[in-house]
Amino acid sequence: MSDRLTIIALLLPALLVIMVSGLVPAGFVAFYSLHDTFAGNSFVWVGPQWYLSVLSSSEFWWALARSLAFSALVLLIEVPLGIYIALRLPESGPLATVLMVLLAVPLLAPQIVVGYLFKVLTTPGIGLLHAIFSGAGIGYDMNNPVVVWATLLLMDAWHWTSLVVLLCYAGLRAIPQAYYQAARIDGAGRWAIFRHIQLPRLRLVLLIAVLLRLMDSFMIYAEAYVVTRGGPGVTTTFLSHELIQTATIQFDLGEGGAMSILYLLIVVGISWLFFTLIVPRRERVA
Amino acid sequence: MAPLVYVALLMMPVYWLVAMSFKTNAEISGGLTLYPHSVSLANYALIFTDPDWYMGYVNAVVYVLINVVISVSVALPAAYAFSRHDFFGHRALFFGLLMFRMMAPAILLAPFVQIFSDLGLIDTHLAVAIAHCFFNVPLAIWILEGFISAIPREMDESARIDGHGLGSFMGRILVPQIAPGIAVAAFFCFMFSWIEFMLANALTTIDAKPIAGIMTRAAGVMTGDMALLSAASVLGLLPGLILIIFVRKYLATGFSMGRVI
Repeated sequence: MSDRLTIIALLLPALLVIMVSGLVPAGFVAFYSLHDTFAGNSFVWVGPQWYLSVLSSSEFWWALARSLAFSALVLLIEVPLGIYIALRLPESGPLATVLMVLLAVPLLAPQIVVGYLFKVLTTPGIGLLHAIFSGAGIGYDMNNPVVVWATLLLMDAWHWTSLVVLLCYAGLRAIPQAYYQAARIDGAGRWAIFRHIQLPRLRLVLLIAVLLRLMDSFMIYAEAYVVTRGGPGVTTTFLSHELIQTATIQFDLGEGGAMSILYLLIVVGISWLFFTLIVPRRERVA
Repeated sequence: MAPLVYVALLMMPVYWLVAMSFKTNAEISGGLTLYPHSVSLANYALIFTDPDWYMGYVNAVVYVLINVVISVSVALPAAYAFSRHDFFGHRALFFGLLMFRMMAPAILLAPFVQIFSDLGLIDTHLAVAIAHCFFNVPLAIWILEGFISAIPREMDESARIDGHGLGSFMGRILVPQIAPGIAVAAFFCFMFSWIEFMLANALTTIDAKPIAGIMTRAAGVMTGDMALLSAASVLGLLPGLILIIFVRKYLATGFSMGRVI
Protein backbone atom coordinates (compact mmCIF):
# COMPACT_ATOMS: atom_id res chain seq x y z
CA MET A 1 0.00 0.00 0.00
CA SER A 2 1.45 3.38 -0.93
CA ASP A 3 2.10 6.01 1.68
CA ARG A 4 -0.70 8.24 0.48
CA LEU A 5 -3.27 5.45 0.58
CA THR A 6 -2.13 4.55 4.09
CA ILE A 7 -2.62 8.12 5.26
CA ILE A 8 -6.07 8.31 3.71
CA ALA A 9 -7.06 4.99 5.27
CA LEU A 10 -5.86 6.14 8.70
CA LEU A 11 -7.67 9.48 8.51
CA LEU A 12 -10.86 8.31 6.85
CA PRO A 13 -12.81 7.03 9.90
CA ALA A 14 -12.22 10.26 11.85
CA LEU A 15 -13.01 12.42 8.83
CA LEU A 16 -16.25 10.54 8.17
CA VAL A 17 -17.41 10.93 11.77
CA ILE A 18 -16.49 14.63 11.78
CA MET A 19 -18.30 15.08 8.49
CA VAL A 20 -21.53 13.64 9.88
CA SER A 21 -21.36 15.26 13.31
CA GLY A 22 -19.63 18.54 12.45
CA LEU A 23 -19.21 19.50 8.82
CA VAL A 24 -22.71 18.68 7.57
CA PRO A 25 -24.55 20.46 10.42
CA ALA A 26 -22.14 23.40 10.12
CA GLY A 27 -22.94 23.46 6.40
CA PHE A 28 -26.65 23.65 7.28
CA VAL A 29 -25.91 26.62 9.54
CA ALA A 30 -23.98 28.40 6.79
CA PHE A 31 -26.87 27.67 4.39
CA TYR A 32 -29.46 29.01 6.84
CA SER A 33 -27.40 32.16 7.26
CA LEU A 34 -27.71 33.03 3.56
CA HIS A 35 -31.35 32.05 3.01
CA ASP A 36 -34.80 33.02 4.16
CA THR A 37 -37.25 30.29 4.94
CA PHE A 38 -41.01 29.92 4.80
CA ALA A 39 -42.47 27.24 7.04
CA GLY A 40 -39.00 25.76 7.35
CA ASN A 41 -38.97 23.85 4.07
CA SER A 42 -38.58 26.28 1.18
CA PHE A 43 -35.50 28.44 1.15
CA VAL A 44 -34.83 31.66 -0.77
CA TRP A 45 -31.34 33.10 -1.23
CA VAL A 46 -31.05 36.45 0.53
CA GLY A 47 -27.30 37.11 0.49
CA PRO A 48 -25.72 38.85 3.48
CA GLN A 49 -29.05 40.21 4.75
CA TRP A 50 -29.00 38.21 8.01
CA TYR A 51 -25.41 39.17 8.74
CA LEU A 52 -26.27 42.83 8.31
CA SER A 53 -29.28 42.48 10.56
CA VAL A 54 -27.25 40.70 13.27
CA LEU A 55 -24.41 43.22 13.04
CA SER A 56 -26.83 46.09 13.41
CA SER A 57 -28.59 44.56 16.42
CA SER A 58 -27.53 46.01 19.74
CA GLU A 59 -28.70 42.83 21.52
CA PHE A 60 -26.03 40.85 19.62
CA TRP A 61 -23.25 43.30 20.48
CA TRP A 62 -24.24 43.41 24.15
CA ALA A 63 -24.49 39.63 24.39
CA LEU A 64 -21.09 39.38 22.69
CA ALA A 65 -19.60 41.88 25.13
CA ARG A 66 -21.03 39.96 28.10
CA SER A 67 -19.71 36.65 26.76
CA LEU A 68 -16.26 38.11 26.11
CA ALA A 69 -16.18 39.63 29.59
CA PHE A 70 -17.32 36.37 31.16
CA SER A 71 -14.66 34.32 29.34
CA ALA A 72 -11.95 36.85 30.17
CA LEU A 73 -12.86 36.77 33.88
CA VAL A 74 -13.10 32.97 33.85
CA LEU A 75 -9.56 32.70 32.44
CA LEU A 76 -8.17 35.37 34.79
CA ILE A 77 -9.57 33.53 37.81
CA GLU A 78 -9.19 29.87 36.88
CA VAL A 79 -5.75 29.83 35.23
CA PRO A 80 -3.71 31.48 38.05
CA LEU A 81 -5.73 29.68 40.75
CA GLY A 82 -5.30 26.34 38.96
CA ILE A 83 -1.55 26.83 38.56
CA TYR A 84 -1.22 27.85 42.22
CA ILE A 85 -3.11 24.79 43.53
CA ALA A 86 -1.15 22.47 41.21
CA LEU A 87 2.15 23.90 42.53
CA ARG A 88 1.07 23.33 46.13
CA LEU A 89 -0.29 19.80 45.79
CA PRO A 90 1.86 17.03 47.28
CA GLU A 91 4.02 15.35 44.64
CA SER A 92 3.00 11.81 45.57
CA GLY A 93 1.56 9.66 48.32
CA PRO A 94 -1.94 8.74 49.46
CA LEU A 95 -2.84 12.38 50.24
CA ALA A 96 -2.09 13.32 46.62
CA THR A 97 -4.42 10.54 45.41
CA VAL A 98 -7.26 11.58 47.73
CA LEU A 99 -6.93 15.26 46.80
CA MET A 100 -6.82 14.54 43.06
CA VAL A 101 -9.92 12.34 43.26
CA LEU A 102 -11.84 15.04 45.15
CA LEU A 103 -10.59 17.74 42.77
CA ALA A 104 -11.93 15.77 39.81
CA VAL A 105 -15.45 15.39 41.24
CA PRO A 106 -16.80 18.79 40.05
CA LEU A 107 -15.47 18.14 36.52
CA LEU A 108 -17.89 15.27 36.08
CA ALA A 109 -20.92 17.09 37.47
CA PRO A 110 -23.56 17.38 34.72
CA GLN A 111 -24.27 21.00 33.71
CA ILE A 112 -27.83 20.81 35.00
CA VAL A 113 -26.63 19.51 38.37
CA VAL A 114 -24.10 22.37 38.63
CA GLY A 115 -26.77 24.93 37.76
CA TYR A 116 -29.27 23.42 40.18
CA LEU A 117 -26.64 23.26 42.94
CA PHE A 118 -25.78 26.97 42.67
CA LYS A 119 -29.44 27.88 42.31
CA VAL A 120 -30.05 26.12 45.62
CA LEU A 121 -26.97 27.58 47.32
CA THR A 122 -28.16 31.12 46.61
CA THR A 123 -31.81 30.62 47.50
CA PRO A 124 -32.88 32.54 50.63
CA GLY A 125 -33.64 30.30 53.61
CA ILE A 126 -32.30 27.19 51.85
CA GLY A 127 -28.84 27.87 50.48
CA LEU A 128 -25.54 27.87 52.31
CA LEU A 129 -24.04 30.79 50.32
CA HIS A 130 -27.04 32.96 50.99
CA ALA A 131 -26.94 32.04 54.69
CA ILE A 132 -23.21 32.77 55.08
CA PHE A 133 -23.31 36.17 53.36
CA SER A 134 -26.53 37.24 55.06
CA GLY A 135 -25.13 36.10 58.40
CA ALA A 136 -22.04 38.23 57.80
CA GLY A 137 -24.32 41.22 57.22
CA ILE A 138 -23.33 41.55 53.58
CA GLY A 139 -26.55 40.13 52.17
CA TYR A 140 -26.99 38.15 48.99
CA ASP A 141 -29.22 39.94 46.54
CA MET A 142 -29.75 38.00 43.34
CA ASN A 143 -31.38 41.09 41.85
CA ASN A 144 -28.01 42.82 41.94
CA PRO A 145 -26.13 42.22 38.66
CA VAL A 146 -22.75 42.29 40.42
CA VAL A 147 -23.84 39.55 42.85
CA VAL A 148 -25.28 37.49 40.00
CA TRP A 149 -22.08 37.78 37.98
CA ALA A 150 -20.00 36.85 41.02
CA THR A 151 -22.25 33.82 41.54
CA LEU A 152 -21.80 32.65 37.93
CA LEU A 153 -18.03 33.13 38.12
CA LEU A 154 -17.90 31.26 41.40
CA MET A 155 -19.95 28.47 39.84
CA ASP A 156 -17.69 28.24 36.81
CA ALA A 157 -14.56 28.32 38.99
CA TRP A 158 -16.04 25.55 41.16
CA HIS A 159 -16.80 23.43 38.11
CA TRP A 160 -13.69 23.97 36.00
CA THR A 161 -10.64 25.20 37.96
CA SER A 162 -9.86 21.54 38.62
CA LEU A 163 -9.29 21.07 34.88
CA VAL A 164 -6.45 23.60 35.01
CA VAL A 165 -5.11 21.94 38.20
CA LEU A 166 -5.20 18.49 36.62
CA LEU A 167 -3.39 19.56 33.45
CA CYS A 168 -0.78 21.67 35.30
CA TYR A 169 -0.16 18.94 37.84
CA ALA A 170 0.54 16.57 34.94
CA GLY A 171 2.89 19.14 33.42
CA LEU A 172 4.76 19.61 36.69
CA ARG A 173 5.21 15.88 37.27
CA ALA A 174 6.87 15.64 33.83
CA ILE A 175 9.69 18.05 34.74
CA PRO A 176 12.88 16.04 35.40
CA GLN A 177 14.29 16.40 38.95
CA ALA A 178 17.66 17.35 37.43
CA TYR A 179 16.20 20.74 36.44
CA TYR A 180 15.42 21.51 40.09
CA GLN A 181 18.82 20.31 41.26
CA ALA A 182 20.54 22.57 38.75
CA ALA A 183 18.38 25.48 39.90
CA ARG A 184 19.23 24.80 43.53
CA ILE A 185 22.95 24.83 42.76
CA ASP A 186 22.46 28.19 41.07
CA GLY A 187 20.72 29.40 44.23
CA ALA A 188 17.42 30.09 42.47
CA GLY A 189 14.50 31.10 44.69
CA ARG A 190 10.96 29.77 44.45
CA TRP A 191 9.85 32.53 42.09
CA ALA A 192 12.88 32.10 39.81
CA ILE A 193 12.21 28.36 39.63
CA PHE A 194 8.58 29.03 38.74
CA ARG A 195 9.37 31.71 36.20
CA HIS A 196 12.30 30.01 34.44
CA ILE A 197 11.69 26.29 34.86
CA GLN A 198 8.09 25.46 35.71
CA LEU A 199 6.14 28.03 33.69
CA PRO A 200 7.98 27.38 30.39
CA ARG A 201 7.46 23.64 30.82
CA LEU A 202 3.76 24.19 31.53
CA ARG A 203 3.20 26.19 28.34
CA LEU A 204 1.68 23.43 26.27
CA VAL A 205 -0.64 22.04 28.96
CA LEU A 206 -1.68 25.62 29.67
CA LEU A 207 -2.51 26.01 25.98
CA ILE A 208 -4.92 23.07 26.23
CA ALA A 209 -6.41 24.40 29.46
CA VAL A 210 -6.83 27.96 28.17
CA LEU A 211 -8.35 26.89 24.86
CA LEU A 212 -10.79 24.43 26.43
CA ARG A 213 -11.90 26.96 29.04
CA LEU A 214 -12.19 29.70 26.43
CA MET A 215 -14.28 27.62 24.01
CA ASP A 216 -16.64 26.33 26.68
CA SER A 217 -17.09 29.45 28.80
CA PHE A 218 -17.73 31.59 25.71
CA MET A 219 -20.85 29.53 24.97
CA ILE A 220 -21.98 28.77 28.52
CA TYR A 221 -25.67 27.91 28.45
CA ALA A 222 -27.47 25.45 30.71
CA GLU A 223 -25.64 26.16 33.96
CA ALA A 224 -26.04 29.92 33.78
CA TYR A 225 -29.62 29.66 32.55
CA VAL A 226 -30.73 27.48 35.45
CA VAL A 227 -29.26 29.94 37.98
CA THR A 228 -30.26 33.27 36.44
CA ARG A 229 -32.53 32.75 33.41
CA GLY A 230 -30.41 35.47 31.80
CA GLY A 231 -31.37 38.07 34.37
CA PRO A 232 -31.79 40.31 36.21
CA GLY A 233 -32.95 42.06 33.03
CA VAL A 234 -30.53 40.85 30.38
CA THR A 235 -27.39 41.26 32.50
CA THR A 236 -26.47 37.56 32.24
CA THR A 237 -27.89 36.85 28.78
CA PHE A 238 -24.89 35.43 26.95
CA LEU A 239 -24.35 34.67 23.26
CA SER A 240 -25.72 31.14 23.51
CA HIS A 241 -28.93 32.36 25.17
CA GLU A 242 -29.36 34.97 22.45
CA LEU A 243 -28.70 32.30 19.82
CA ILE A 244 -31.09 29.71 21.26
CA GLN A 245 -33.74 32.40 21.64
CA THR A 246 -33.33 33.39 17.98
CA ALA A 247 -32.83 30.00 16.33
CA THR A 248 -35.09 27.64 18.23
CA ILE A 249 -37.66 29.73 20.10
CA GLN A 250 -38.40 32.44 17.52
CA PHE A 251 -37.33 29.87 14.87
CA ASP A 252 -35.34 32.56 13.04
CA LEU A 253 -32.93 30.14 11.39
CA GLY A 254 -31.35 32.76 9.12
CA GLU A 255 -30.50 35.21 11.84
CA GLY A 256 -29.43 32.38 14.17
CA GLY A 257 -27.20 30.99 11.42
CA ALA A 258 -25.53 34.33 10.79
CA MET A 259 -24.99 34.77 14.52
CA SER A 260 -23.43 31.29 14.73
CA ILE A 261 -20.99 31.93 11.89
CA LEU A 262 -19.96 35.25 13.43
CA TYR A 263 -19.49 33.56 16.79
CA LEU A 264 -17.33 30.87 15.21
CA LEU A 265 -15.09 33.43 13.48
CA ILE A 266 -14.57 35.18 16.80
CA VAL A 267 -13.70 32.07 18.81
CA VAL A 268 -11.38 30.72 16.09
CA GLY A 269 -9.65 34.12 15.95
CA ILE A 270 -9.12 34.31 19.71
CA SER A 271 -7.95 30.69 19.88
CA TRP A 272 -5.42 31.35 17.12
CA LEU A 273 -4.19 34.40 19.03
CA PHE A 274 -3.64 32.35 22.21
CA PHE A 275 -1.97 29.66 20.19
CA THR A 276 0.57 32.00 18.64
CA LEU A 277 1.16 33.78 21.96
CA ILE A 278 1.70 30.65 24.05
CA VAL A 279 3.60 28.44 21.61
CA PRO A 280 6.79 29.72 19.99
CA ARG A 281 6.93 28.96 16.29
CA ARG A 282 9.58 26.24 16.37
CA GLU A 283 7.67 24.15 18.93
CA ARG A 284 4.27 24.12 17.32
CA VAL A 285 2.61 20.74 17.46
CA ALA A 286 1.56 18.97 14.30
CA MET B 1 -2.15 23.72 53.33
CA ALA B 2 -3.62 25.69 50.43
CA PRO B 3 -4.77 22.61 48.52
CA LEU B 4 -6.48 21.22 51.63
CA VAL B 5 -8.42 24.45 52.18
CA TYR B 6 -9.27 24.64 48.49
CA VAL B 7 -10.53 21.06 48.30
CA ALA B 8 -12.55 21.58 51.50
CA LEU B 9 -14.24 24.62 49.91
CA LEU B 10 -14.83 22.61 46.73
CA MET B 11 -16.56 19.89 48.73
CA MET B 12 -18.87 22.21 50.67
CA PRO B 13 -21.49 22.51 47.91
CA VAL B 14 -21.30 18.74 47.42
CA TYR B 15 -21.91 18.22 51.12
CA TRP B 16 -24.88 20.60 50.95
CA LEU B 17 -26.33 18.61 48.06
CA VAL B 18 -25.87 15.26 49.81
CA ALA B 19 -27.38 16.63 53.03
CA MET B 20 -30.41 17.97 51.17
CA SER B 21 -30.93 14.66 49.42
CA PHE B 22 -31.53 12.98 52.81
CA LYS B 23 -33.87 15.68 54.08
CA THR B 24 -37.61 15.92 53.65
CA ASN B 25 -39.08 18.86 51.76
CA ALA B 26 -40.60 20.04 55.04
CA GLU B 27 -37.17 20.25 56.63
CA ILE B 28 -35.65 21.99 53.58
CA SER B 29 -38.27 24.71 53.50
CA GLY B 30 -38.57 24.93 57.30
CA GLY B 31 -35.31 26.84 57.75
CA LEU B 32 -31.59 26.17 57.45
CA THR B 33 -30.32 22.92 58.96
CA LEU B 34 -26.67 21.91 58.63
CA TYR B 35 -27.41 18.18 58.53
CA PRO B 36 -30.60 16.14 58.01
CA HIS B 37 -32.43 15.99 61.37
CA SER B 38 -34.64 13.15 60.28
CA VAL B 39 -32.83 11.09 57.65
CA SER B 40 -35.21 10.26 54.83
CA LEU B 41 -34.46 7.69 52.14
CA ALA B 42 -37.74 8.37 50.34
CA ASN B 43 -36.08 10.41 47.58
CA TYR B 44 -33.63 7.67 46.70
CA ALA B 45 -36.31 5.00 47.02
CA LEU B 46 -38.45 6.82 44.47
CA ILE B 47 -35.63 7.17 41.96
CA PHE B 48 -34.57 3.53 42.26
CA THR B 49 -38.10 2.18 41.86
CA ASP B 50 -39.47 4.47 39.14
CA PRO B 51 -38.16 3.58 35.66
CA ASP B 52 -38.94 7.14 34.49
CA TRP B 53 -36.15 8.22 36.83
CA TYR B 54 -33.59 5.44 36.91
CA MET B 55 -33.67 4.89 33.14
CA GLY B 56 -32.35 8.46 32.84
CA TYR B 57 -29.02 7.33 34.29
CA VAL B 58 -28.96 4.21 32.11
CA ASN B 59 -29.67 6.26 28.97
CA ALA B 60 -26.94 8.78 29.72
CA VAL B 61 -24.36 6.09 30.48
CA VAL B 62 -25.30 4.23 27.26
CA TYR B 63 -24.87 7.18 24.88
CA VAL B 64 -21.73 8.36 26.68
CA LEU B 65 -20.11 4.93 26.35
CA ILE B 66 -21.08 4.69 22.65
CA ASN B 67 -19.56 8.13 22.14
CA VAL B 68 -16.32 7.24 23.96
CA VAL B 69 -15.89 4.06 21.89
CA ILE B 70 -16.53 5.86 18.57
CA SER B 71 -14.39 8.88 19.48
CA VAL B 72 -11.34 6.98 20.68
CA SER B 73 -11.40 4.31 17.98
CA VAL B 74 -11.61 6.76 15.04
CA ALA B 75 -9.19 9.19 16.69
CA LEU B 76 -6.45 6.60 17.23
CA PRO B 77 -5.56 5.92 13.55
CA ALA B 78 -5.96 9.62 12.71
CA ALA B 79 -3.64 10.61 15.56
CA TYR B 80 -1.13 8.06 14.29
CA ALA B 81 -1.28 9.57 10.79
CA PHE B 82 -0.77 13.09 12.17
CA SER B 83 2.11 11.94 14.36
CA ARG B 84 4.04 9.91 11.79
CA HIS B 85 3.30 11.34 8.36
CA ASP B 86 4.17 14.78 7.10
CA PHE B 87 1.62 14.84 4.32
CA PHE B 88 0.49 17.86 2.34
CA GLY B 89 -1.94 20.06 4.29
CA HIS B 90 -1.05 18.21 7.49
CA ARG B 91 -1.10 21.26 9.77
CA ALA B 92 -4.11 22.87 8.12
CA LEU B 93 -6.10 19.66 8.53
CA PHE B 94 -5.06 19.25 12.16
CA PHE B 95 -6.28 22.74 13.03
CA GLY B 96 -9.28 22.37 10.77
CA LEU B 97 -10.30 19.42 12.94
CA LEU B 98 -9.62 21.37 16.11
CA MET B 99 -11.97 24.09 14.85
CA PHE B 100 -14.86 21.66 15.24
CA ARG B 101 -14.09 21.51 18.96
CA MET B 102 -14.79 25.25 19.00
CA MET B 103 -18.33 24.90 17.72
CA ALA B 104 -20.77 25.03 20.57
CA PRO B 105 -23.86 22.82 20.98
CA ALA B 106 -26.00 25.97 20.66
CA ILE B 107 -24.68 26.51 17.13
CA LEU B 108 -25.43 23.02 15.89
CA LEU B 109 -28.70 22.45 17.73
CA ALA B 110 -31.09 23.45 14.92
CA PRO B 111 -29.36 21.45 12.14
CA PHE B 112 -28.94 18.41 14.39
CA VAL B 113 -32.66 18.34 15.17
CA GLN B 114 -33.44 18.56 11.46
CA ILE B 115 -30.85 15.96 10.36
CA PHE B 116 -31.71 13.39 13.01
CA SER B 117 -35.45 13.87 12.39
CA ASP B 118 -34.90 13.22 8.67
CA LEU B 119 -32.87 10.11 9.50
CA GLY B 120 -35.49 8.88 11.98
CA LEU B 121 -32.87 8.83 14.73
CA ILE B 122 -34.49 11.27 17.15
CA ASP B 123 -34.78 9.76 20.63
CA THR B 124 -32.02 7.20 20.07
CA HIS B 125 -28.80 6.85 22.04
CA LEU B 126 -26.92 6.75 18.74
CA ALA B 127 -28.10 10.27 17.79
CA VAL B 128 -26.68 11.81 20.97
CA ALA B 129 -23.49 9.74 20.73
CA ILE B 130 -22.91 10.90 17.14
CA ALA B 131 -23.77 14.52 17.93
CA HIS B 132 -21.23 14.59 20.77
CA CYS B 133 -18.48 13.46 18.35
CA PHE B 134 -17.94 16.95 16.97
CA PHE B 135 -16.30 18.07 20.20
CA ASN B 136 -14.82 14.74 21.35
CA VAL B 137 -13.15 13.41 18.18
CA PRO B 138 -10.89 16.47 17.69
CA LEU B 139 -9.97 16.45 21.38
CA ALA B 140 -9.18 12.73 21.34
CA ILE B 141 -6.98 13.19 18.24
CA TRP B 142 -5.16 16.06 19.95
CA ILE B 143 -4.49 14.04 23.11
CA LEU B 144 -3.53 10.78 21.34
CA GLU B 145 -1.24 12.57 18.87
CA GLY B 146 0.85 13.74 21.83
CA PHE B 147 1.15 10.24 23.26
CA ILE B 148 2.06 8.62 19.93
CA SER B 149 4.65 11.29 19.19
CA ALA B 150 6.32 10.56 22.53
CA ILE B 151 7.11 7.06 21.24
CA PRO B 152 10.24 6.88 19.06
CA ARG B 153 9.70 6.05 15.39
CA GLU B 154 12.28 3.27 15.68
CA MET B 155 9.56 1.18 17.31
CA ASP B 156 7.49 1.34 14.10
CA GLU B 157 10.47 0.24 12.05
CA SER B 158 11.48 -2.67 14.23
CA ALA B 159 7.85 -3.83 14.19
CA ARG B 160 7.90 -3.68 10.38
CA ILE B 161 11.10 -5.74 10.31
CA ASP B 162 9.43 -8.25 12.62
CA GLY B 163 6.74 -8.65 9.96
CA HIS B 164 3.90 -6.66 11.53
CA GLY B 165 1.51 -5.03 9.06
CA LEU B 166 -0.09 -1.71 9.94
CA GLY B 167 -3.16 -3.30 11.54
CA SER B 168 -1.29 -5.79 13.67
CA PHE B 169 1.27 -3.10 14.63
CA MET B 170 -1.50 -0.80 15.88
CA GLY B 171 -3.39 -3.52 17.71
CA ARG B 172 -0.51 -5.47 19.25
CA ILE B 173 2.22 -2.88 19.76
CA LEU B 174 0.94 0.68 19.60
CA VAL B 175 -2.23 0.30 21.70
CA PRO B 176 -0.46 -1.37 24.69
CA GLN B 177 2.31 1.26 24.47
CA ILE B 178 -0.07 4.20 24.66
CA ALA B 179 -2.62 2.63 27.04
CA PRO B 180 -2.30 5.59 29.46
CA GLY B 181 -3.02 7.94 26.55
CA ILE B 182 -6.13 5.98 25.63
CA ALA B 183 -7.25 6.19 29.28
CA VAL B 184 -6.71 9.97 29.30
CA ALA B 185 -8.54 10.45 25.99
CA ALA B 186 -11.42 8.25 27.16
CA PHE B 187 -11.61 10.18 30.45
CA PHE B 188 -11.95 13.53 28.66
CA CYS B 189 -14.47 12.18 26.13
CA PHE B 190 -16.55 10.67 28.93
CA MET B 191 -16.43 13.93 30.87
CA PHE B 192 -17.52 16.26 28.06
CA SER B 193 -20.25 13.90 26.84
CA TRP B 194 -21.53 13.12 30.33
CA ILE B 195 -22.01 16.74 31.38
CA GLU B 196 -23.47 18.08 28.10
CA PHE B 197 -27.12 19.02 28.40
CA MET B 198 -28.49 20.95 25.44
CA LEU B 199 -28.03 18.44 22.62
CA ALA B 200 -28.64 15.40 24.80
CA ASN B 201 -31.96 16.90 25.89
CA ALA B 202 -33.09 18.25 22.52
CA LEU B 203 -32.37 15.04 20.57
CA THR B 204 -34.29 12.78 22.94
CA THR B 205 -37.89 12.52 24.07
CA ILE B 206 -38.56 9.35 26.09
CA ASP B 207 -36.55 6.26 25.18
CA ALA B 208 -33.09 7.87 25.33
CA LYS B 209 -33.78 10.81 27.68
CA PRO B 210 -30.81 11.47 29.98
CA ILE B 211 -31.25 12.14 33.69
CA ALA B 212 -30.53 15.85 33.21
CA GLY B 213 -33.50 16.06 30.83
CA ILE B 214 -35.71 14.23 33.30
CA MET B 215 -34.66 16.60 36.07
CA THR B 216 -35.75 19.61 34.03
CA ARG B 217 -38.97 18.03 32.81
CA ALA B 218 -40.47 15.80 35.48
CA ALA B 219 -39.64 17.96 38.46
CA GLY B 220 -38.73 21.35 37.09
CA VAL B 221 -35.28 22.46 38.23
CA MET B 222 -36.64 25.92 38.99
CA THR B 223 -39.44 25.23 41.41
CA GLY B 224 -39.78 21.51 41.86
CA ASP B 225 -39.36 18.97 44.60
CA MET B 226 -35.98 20.02 46.02
CA ALA B 227 -35.29 16.93 48.11
CA LEU B 228 -35.95 14.69 45.11
CA LEU B 229 -33.89 16.86 42.75
CA SER B 230 -31.01 16.81 45.23
CA ALA B 231 -31.08 13.03 45.40
CA ALA B 232 -31.18 12.91 41.58
CA SER B 233 -28.20 15.28 41.47
CA VAL B 234 -26.19 13.22 43.95
CA LEU B 235 -26.80 10.13 41.83
CA GLY B 236 -25.78 12.23 38.80
CA LEU B 237 -22.35 12.65 40.39
CA LEU B 238 -21.87 8.92 40.98
CA PRO B 239 -20.94 7.64 37.48
CA GLY B 240 -18.28 10.34 37.30
CA LEU B 241 -16.98 9.37 40.73
CA ILE B 242 -16.74 5.72 39.68
CA LEU B 243 -14.74 6.73 36.59
CA ILE B 244 -12.43 8.92 38.70
CA ILE B 245 -11.75 6.05 41.09
CA PHE B 246 -10.81 3.89 38.10
CA VAL B 247 -8.29 6.43 36.81
CA ARG B 248 -7.06 7.65 40.23
CA LYS B 249 -3.56 6.24 39.74
CA TYR B 250 -3.08 8.21 36.53
CA LEU B 251 -4.45 11.33 38.21
CA ALA B 252 -2.14 11.12 41.20
CA THR B 253 1.01 10.56 39.17
CA GLY B 254 0.21 13.42 36.82
CA PHE B 255 -2.30 12.82 34.05
CA SER B 256 0.46 12.56 31.44
CA MET B 257 -0.31 14.35 28.19
CA GLY B 258 2.27 12.59 26.03
CA ARG B 259 4.66 14.68 23.97
CA VAL B 260 2.85 17.88 24.82
CA ILE B 261 4.98 18.25 27.94
